[in-house]
Amino acid sequence: MLDAIDRLNWWKRQVDQLWNGALVAEPAAYPALNLWDDGENFYVEAELPGFKIEDIDLAVAGCDLRIRGKREMQAGKDWAVHRRERPSGEFARAITFPAEVDADRVQAALHDGVLQVTLPKAPAAKPRKINVKVLGHQK
Amino acid sequence: MSMEMTKGSASSTAAEARPVETPRFVPAVDIYETAEEYVVLAEMPGCDPKGIDVQFEGGELSITGRAARREIPQAGWLAREFGIGDYARTFNVTESIDTEKIQAEYEHGILTLRLPKVETAKPRKIEVRTK
Repeated sequence: MLDAIDRLNWWKRQVDQLWNGALVAEPAAYPALNLWDDGENFYVEAELPGFKIEDIDLAVAGCDLRIRGKREMQAGKDWAVHRRERPSGEFARAITFPAEVDADRVQAALHDGVLQVTLPKAPAAKPRKINVKVLGHQK
Repeated sequence: MSMEMTKGSASSTAAEARPVETPRFVPAVDIYETAEEYVVLAEMPGCDPKGIDVQFEGGELSITGRAARREIPQAGWLAREFGIGDYARTFNVTESIDTEKIQAEYEHGILTLRLPKVETAKPRKIEVRTK
């Protein structure tokens, strides 16, 4: 779950982004995430190169999404290492959305190292159009 | 250390004819050496597999990758921690490589290069004879 500081960082990043136009502030955790909301759904994108879908575990409850994964080093035991920049091992990251998610309809796909998750909002959380009845003009 | 990183980005044609200026990133890499070859693993998630280019010339290995087109929302951002763009990186290779046999493969967002050493560069065990 995101704590208050993380939340603050979100907003800071959003403001930074408004000013910079371009990307990107230093990611706070692995993997870096892009999150957005189109009214109907939340969307999460993460760059997870080298992971297979079975290496990634997603859990949704209420407003929370947790992403976990594990990646082994690809090198053989007797290989000499010249450069090792890619992170390996386990990661876990959690997000709290501003509204509840319909956990049964969450969809995730992993293509070429990009994880894309679509999280439909729970019916109660969706924006509602309220018809305003005009009862007549006041004079 | 016979493979060293030189420049973050190469002059390349990967960015040509893009509608908007596309950001360019330096992919993180692992470089390993075995008795027979060098192995380069470059993190290039979200590439158009047809837009990946590997060149080896004059001791310089350069890799470039074009980002596949993705819908980028105009509004509704909750967090934006990474950018989407092309990849480019160049390495100096001082070791003798059998350039004809270089192999490149793109899977799960990782570009894997195998650069076989030429015969003379391989370590050889010399038998020591005793009388």
